Amino acid sequence: MSLRVRVIILLWLTLPLAVFAQGGEQLYSQYCAACHGSEGNGGVGVPLALPAFQKTVDDEFLIKTIRYGRPGRVMPSFSYLKPDQIKAIVTFIRGFVPVKAPVYDSKPVMGNAPHGKKLYGEHCAACHGHQGDGGHGTGVTFSRPRDLPIIAPSISNPGFLASASDQLIKAALMEGREGTPMMSYLKQGLSEQDVNDVVAYVRSFEKQAKKPEYDLHKEPLTLVYDSPHDLAKTVANVQRAAVGKNFRVIRVQTLEDGLFKKGDDNQKQVIVYFCNFQLLNQALTVDPRVGLFLPCRVTIIENQGKVKLYAINPKRLSGLFNNNELDKLCGGMFDTYTEILEESTL
Amino acid sequence: MNLIQKRRGYSLAMALSSLITAGLLLISHAAQADNMMMARTTQTFPEAMSELQALIQAKGYVVSRVQRVDIGLTQSGYKTDKYRVVFYGKPDEIRHLSQTHPELTAYLPMKISIFAEDQDTILVTANPQHLNMAGDAELAKIINRWEKDLVDIFRQMRGNK
Repeated sequence: MSLRVRVIILLWLTLPLAVFAQGGEQLYSQYCAACHGSEGNGGVGVPLALPAFQKTVDDEFLIKTIRYGRPGRVMPSFSYLKPDQIKAIVTFIRGFVPVKAPVYDSKPVMGNAPHGKKLYGEHCAACHGHQGDGGHGTGVTFSRPRDLPIIAPSISNPGFLASASDQLIKAALMEGREGTPMMSYLKQGLSEQDVNDVVAYVRSFEKQAKKPEYDLHKEPLTLVYDSPHDLAKTVANVQRAAVGKNFRVIRVQTLEDGLFKKGDDNQKQVIVYFCNFQLLNQALTVDPRVGLFLPCRVTIIENQGKVKLYAINPKRLSGLFNNNELDKLCGGMFDTYTEILEESTL
Repeated sequence: MNLIQKRRGYSLAMALSSLITAGLLLISHAAQADNMMMARTTQTFPEAMSELQALIQAKGYVVSRVQRVDIGLTQSGYKTDKYRVVFYGKPDEIRHLSQTHPELTAYLPMKISIFAEDQDTILVTANPQHLNMAGDAELAKIINRWEKDLVDIFRQMRGNK
């Protein structure tokens, strides 16, 4: 075998390694920076460059967090990344601040969960929620007013519980997180045994896993209604129904408007855009990415004398966001869309 | 060309083909796994908006409209940073799909949200694979191309030219 062929085979064999060995910086830029910021200062996601955070989380926590994500809390699971890719990302994240990463043993913390529950209610529930659901909204994005400088994480989230060891939770409680509202509970007068009891209670959330309100994946892609009216009357009905639900009609146009020259666009395909800015502001606070829903709209199409209405299914679209709070809002939006479509086709 | 040279050429072609296939598989796997596509750019909002529209057009799409979400919110008394939604599509493709798959018109033209976050700008869109329908090869071909174009646009927006 010639040297050239051997070199090619060697290259071929090592290519996957070369691809997987993408630098941590490049991987971070591709998968993490949009939410956590180019330098880890946070945004939609939590600030990873916070020294107090890095001081109290071990590499195992970061690795598992990337792998499992936080179901229902925006952070997706990156289970499809290879272990060395995840490790490269963690190494890059560690470079944000010159802080030594802790190492925790896997020894469970023994505590009195019922006593921990009482302490949790007194000291933790105000930020983390009575069921450990965490604060409302996302990360530290300041495009809208926030109650806290950072959203308290959901500590009953299965992704969190699978990622955080007892010792890590204990360290967070004992030391707090400087630069966030999370304080040291030793300094607040709790004893180490009290902290152990809280850890035991937090761990008990594992037994209280909640089912989602509905199965997003079983939802149809589009809401489709037949109209007994002609195109013009149906369009007028949609506008009236939207206004009746406290929306403002912001635009009526053809589907092809802006794509073809005026007059060449199909006049039998009409979109009615409408918006309720209070609802919009609420949705953007829950998840700044909801622009994908915007503006609310119904498409009305006349084809061979039959008129049909088409609308997005908010429940289905919400499934892309991995955000339980948004799922709840979208459940309400589904009802509103359904009512508008029904009223328009009466 | 003698037999040895032919064999070497064949081996080279096979090796290159395998390299490309492996690379594409890895890239497409990473892209397919994401429901949402997101990118952060250190460009200011106006710069990012301008580049985004140029990249969309360079891929043969038409920007049909830009919805100024922030203006409506501000006029209604809410505080917000710059937030826009860019609508785009290929005219003939949208016309064709509105006939063959009218249920998709609720999602057409396609859109990318773009909003400011401090000095950076963030872009978000849904992976078009969520519109795919099982067993529809023609639609899958279109959606795969949309996805590939978006992966490329977002990669360039991140600054990885």
